[in-house]
Amino acid sequence: MSETGVHSSAIHERAKEAIGDAHLQEAYRSSTLRLYSHRLSAINQVPGFEPLRERARELKREVMDHLDYYLAQFADSVEREGGKVHWARTAEEACTIVKDIVKSAGAREVVKSKSMVGEEIELNHALEAAGIDPVETDLGEMIVQLSGERPAHIVAPAIHKTRHDVSDLFVEKLHSKRTEDPGQLTAIARKTLREIFARAGVGVSGANFAVAETGSIVTIENEGNIRLCTTAPRVHVALVGIEKIIPRLLDLGVFLRLLGRSATGQKLTSYTSILTGPRRPGEDGPDEMHIVLIDNGRTGTLADEKMREALYCIRCGACLNTCPVYRKIGGHAYGWVYSGPIGALITPQFVGLDQARELPFASSLCGACREVCPVKINIPDLLLHLRGNVQERVPETPQAGEVVSERKGMRLWAWAMKRPWVYSLGGAAVRFGIRWLPSAGGHGAQKWIARLPFYPFSNWTRGRDFPAPDSVPFRKRWKKLSS
Amino acid sequence: MTNKSPKVALFITCLGDQFYPQVGESVVRILRRVGATVTFNPQQTCCGQPAFNTGYRDEARQVAVRNLDLFEDADYVVAPSGSCSTMFRVFYPELFAEEPELLQKVERLRARFYEFSEFLVKVMKTEDVGASFPHRVAYHDSCHLLRELGIETEPRKLIKAVKGLELVDLQDNQVCCGFGGTFSVKFPDVSVAMARDKLRAAADCGAEYLVANDAGCLMHLAGYIHRERLPIQTLHLAELLEKHE
Repeated sequence: MSETGVHSSAIHERAKEAIGDAHLQEAYRSSTLRLYSHRLSAINQVPGFEPLRERARELKREVMDHLDYYLAQFADSVEREGGKVHWARTAEEACTIVKDIVKSAGAREVVKSKSMVGEEIELNHALEAAGIDPVETDLGEMIVQLSGERPAHIVAPAIHKTRHDVSDLFVEKLHSKRTEDPGQLTAIARKTLREIFARAGVGVSGANFAVAETGSIVTIENEGNIRLCTTAPRVHVALVGIEKIIPRLLDLGVFLRLLGRSATGQKLTSYTSILTGPRRPGEDGPDEMHIVLIDNGRTGTLADEKMREALYCIRCGACLNTCPVYRKIGGHAYGWVYSGPIGALITPQFVGLDQARELPFASSLCGACREVCPVKINIPDLLLHLRGNVQERVPETPQAGEVVSERKGMRLWAWAMKRPWVYSLGGAAVRFGIRWLPSAGGHGAQKWIARLPFYPFSNWTRGRDFPAPDSVPFRKRWKKLSS
Repeated sequence: MTNKSPKVALFITCLGDQFYPQVGESVVRILRRVGATVTFNPQQTCCGQPAFNTGYRDEARQVAVRNLDLFEDADYVVAPSGSCSTMFRVFYPELFAEEPELLQKVERLRARFYEFSEFLVKVMKTEDVGASFPHRVAYHDSCHLLRELGIETEPRKLIKAVKGLELVDLQDNQVCCGFGGTFSVKFPDVSVAMARDKLRAAADCGAEYLVANDAGCLMHLAGYIHRERLPIQTLHLAELLEKHE
């Protein structure tokens, strides 16, 4: 089984592998482009989409600036409605809480709906280790679970799989008949899952939003499996990252209008559920409702006034779909569960800068992510900020072929750039030195170098030629121009 | 604007100075043609972006602080680069956010700082600078120019005014070419793969020339073109605007 997922800073190796995989390239290209163009046409139908984004941002800012207040209000509201609130500082604590709930419910099997925070805390792993069988019921999640993988996208976990891949997988794991018809594949999954829904004692879900005023959690979906997970089993556990709070039910309209359109280009998804407390007499639903509020690094982000904005994210995945880097390297290359531009931003917050020092650099800072973000998170700016933090706090590891460390190189560079004569002398030295480098030919005035020595310059010529500097720089030409 | 010809101090980027001096020459001649008085202070070197981009704020700051003094007396400062203009106008305020005196200098400078195409269209109110170039040309939006400075229509107005030129529709013209400063050497494989996509799109629309406003993008794309011997050429906007064919 391939280990494609979490706990890896080997982004360069994975990126290279992904770029070389034509099948994967095509899967990512076609899917991200489809989602991106759906989003475009969906937002064009909303007059006032911009003010809506602004409003969502204001609401998020309000919540993050007073998160203690809103969390307390949310917890009170949940208990007033008969639910139970659990607080988890770390991933381990969150997993232990869920395991204890499952055990006291006497269940051996858990049905799960898609939850990114569930992936983040690696709940499945923890449950399996405790002898509990977690079953993913979102089609995409089911596919990646059967493959032994991790989601490759925040919204579309199996975005990297084609119909053909899924067909092979179902034949192998579910012993189904071979078909590539999406309707039939879905029917196979549904049949498998329905039996499990009927007997599972505990359902675990995530939450798209948690409403402080009412103590409700809000889930949005297209398949209906969340409804089954949260109503069929006797016990429902909702995993909620503490940044998911919104103040009032009234505010939900703002976010609902943004989320579906940004994620999949839908005006609304097929189902929106607002769940408030466990079943009351005469209602369907679970006897017990547990809400696990998860920190796992979020308060650290909250404490950094600049980075706080990263917690505004509503997990729509629009930044992934538009990001030219994500489109090339795919979700797994990022090494942790959150991928794409937002993943490069929040993963180092959650796992530590030292674990993921490469991620803030995995961006060309083109800004396409900021353009599409429904809550206008300034992702490139925050990545730049993180890069600064990396250089200040996390020592770099020397690279093969590196003569001078990056830090020393930058110091030397700054020293030279402050002295125009050194800068000019450096230019002249390079002009002199390149005559010994392998030429890549050239036509007219422009000469090209086929191979540059020394890391990181040698990286340039891995796939491109490098232009030789012009024999007469502009500053020398200026004299003639000004005379 | 009075009758007095506006005094423009050039910021010729380090890449422009060392690799593309002819772009700087075109900038000078075009600015003079439209009536500006051009000066160049050879004390300038780099805007500080390579360090800032890579997270070395202190080094970037040291280099940037010099530039605040170099351009005190010009009516305008003009740079033939979207990303260096962004450094001055967007990132300097961040870099000096906690130094009120320097921040004031930054504010004074950024109010007078223009990117080349923006200066021609917005300040000099010129679109046709008298060029002719009977070829199929695609325009690539450089990311900083487009998304940090919002300069999208100005280069296109200038290009459309070139006689005989056919501006072809480059698919995904607003998708990054993959240069990204130090990104190009930190993630070389991804960077090159992005160039490949960009140039495939350019080939698909039948362009003979790919025009952009940033030496960085052009160096990266031209490097790939040369390695792969692709039948397309790159041009900086300023070079295009001087063509007479």
